[in-house]
Amino acid sequence: MRPFTYERATSPADAVSKAAGRRNVKFIAGGTNLLDLMKLEIETPTHLIDISGTGLDQIEPTEDGGLRIGALVSNTALAADPRIRRDYGVLSRALVAGASGQLRNKATTGGNLLQRTRCPYFYDTNMACNKREPNSGCAAIGGFSRQLGVVGTSNACIATHPSDMAVAMRVLDAVVETQMPDGATRSIPIAEFYELPGGAPYIETVLEPAEMITAVTLPKPIGGKHIYRKVRDRASYAFAIVSVAAVLQPDGSGRFACGGLAPQPWRVEAAEQLLPQGASAAAQRLLRDAQPTEGNRYKLKLAERTLAAVLAEARS
Amino acid sequence: MIQDEDFKVSRRGVLLGGVATTAIASTLSPTSSAQTSLPQVEPVSLRFTVNGQSRELMLDTRVTLLDALREHLDLTGTKKGCDHGQCGACTVIVNGQRINSCLSLAVMHEGDEVTTIEGLGTPENMHPMQAAFVKHDGYQCGYCTPGQICSAVSVLEEIKAGIPSHVTEDITAEVGMTNDEMRERMSGNICRCGAYSNILDAMSEVAGEIA
Repeated sequence: MRPFTYERATSPADAVSKAAGRRNVKFIAGGTNLLDLMKLEIETPTHLIDISGTGLDQIEPTEDGGLRIGALVSNTALAADPRIRRDYGVLSRALVAGASGQLRNKATTGGNLLQRTRCPYFYDTNMACNKREPNSGCAAIGGFSRQLGVVGTSNACIATHPSDMAVAMRVLDAVVETQMPDGATRSIPIAEFYELPGGAPYIETVLEPAEMITAVTLPKPIGGKHIYRKVRDRASYAFAIVSVAAVLQPDGSGRFACGGLAPQPWRVEAAEQLLPQGASAAAQRLLRDAQPTEGNRYKLKLAERTLAAVLAEARS
Repeated sequence: MIQDEDFKVSRRGVLLGGVATTAIASTLSPTSSAQTSLPQVEPVSLRFTVNGQSRELMLDTRVTLLDALREHLDLTGTKKGCDHGQCGACTVIVNGQRINSCLSLAVMHEGDEVTTIEGLGTPENMHPMQAAFVKHDGYQCGYCTPGQICSAVSVLEEIKAGIPSHVTEDITAEVGMTNDEMRERMSGNICRCGAYSNILDAMSEVAGEIA
C-alpha cells in the first residue's frame, strides 16, 4: 500500500471542505473495496478523509412517503430495516444476495454504489486496462470474458458493475443525494448517476471531484411482488453472472433491471412494456444493442431464462 | 540429537523473522524508488478497547486492524489468510458485529470495542462455541478456526436479531434458527480442510442451547 495521510471529518460539510481543491484524495467509510484496491495499488490516494463519523447512518421517512437512506447505513442495517423488508423487498433481497455477512456489516450504501468492477483484467496490474490506466488498452476484449459485459460496453472496456444493491435501486428509481464543497447539493436520479464507458472507462459516475454522496432516497412504495434472482458460479458469496431485480404487478405489468450484464444496472423502460408478452420479448428488447464476445454470448440466453424464472415466481 | 536451548527454533520465531524481513524490505522500497510525490506520514494515535482492555497505539496510517492486533498487540489468534476479505480467517467482532479485520484500517477504530478469539474465552474457560468446536471436531489444521468461531458466534446473534439472509423464505417474517440459515451466513469463512459439516454441528448445538 502506498503511504497516505489520514484525517477524520465530523460532518458532510467538513468532509467536502477537507477534500476541496485536493488531488488524489478519497473519502473512506466501510473501506471494504477501497482498501482491497489500495493494497493492490490500483487505488493510490495520498490522502484519506474518514467520513464514518459524519452521522449519515439513519433511515428516515421523506415528506412524500418514501425513505431517505443515509450514505453510511450499512448493507446489513439496510437489508434488515423493517420498512425496507416490507415495502422495498427487492432491495433487501439484493443486499443479502451480495458479499458475505462480514462485508455487509462494514459496506455502506454510498460505498456500494461506488464500488469498482471485479473485471479480472482491472485487478491484474500486469494487464492492459483502460479503466485502471487510461489509454493502455483492454486485455479483457479478446481475453477470458465469460463474466464480463454484453451491453453498454465499448471498444475500450467491457467491465460490468458488480453491485447487487444498485440493480434494485435502479428498479426502485432511487435518487442519489450529494453535497459539494461550495455548499450546493444535488439530487441525481440513479438512471443518470452512472456513465457508460465510451472512450473513457475510468469515468464511472457523474460525481464531481470532492462531491460526496450523503443519502439515497427511495420514492414512496409501489407495491407489487418484489423479486431479486441472482445467477452465479456458486450458491453464496459470488458476484452475479446475471441477476434480475423486478417489481411485478398483479396485472402483468412491472419493472425490471439486470445486473452482471453491463457497466451499470441495466434497465430499459421499453423492454418493461413488453413484460405482458413474456420473458423472451422483454429480454430481447432489453439486450437489443448487445455486443457480446464469444465468451459471454451465453449471457443473452441466460438473462432471458432468469427473467422467465422471475416471471414464473411472480405468478406462483 | 542437539538439545541445546540456542538451537531451539520455534515456528513462531521463524514467522516473526520472516515478518521482520518483509518490514525492512517495505520500509526501504519507497526510498529506493525515489517517489517524491509520496506524502510524509506521521504516525497516528489510536485508543480502543481490545478484549475488555484499553489499548493505545501509535500507528502508520496503512496498518490494518488485523496487523494492529497481530503485530502490535501480539494477539496472534486472529489469522491472516488472503488479506483481501475473501477467506474470513481474520474475522473479529467490533462493537458487536463481525467484520474482516484485514479490510479495515486500524486508525478508523478509535473508541471501538474489539473482541478476538482470545477475548471470547480461554483454554480453561471456553466460550460455548469454542467448546462446541472442540467437541464436534470443527477443524482440521485449525488456521481458519478463530475466524470461523468469531463468525459463528455472530451468526447466531444475527439470526436472533432477525437479520434476513439470502435463504430466508419470507423476509417479513421471523428468521428461523435453521441449518440452511447458518450455512448461508457462514459463506464468508472458507475452510480448506473442509470441516464445514462439523462446524455446522457445533453451531447447531450452541444454537439449540440458546434457542
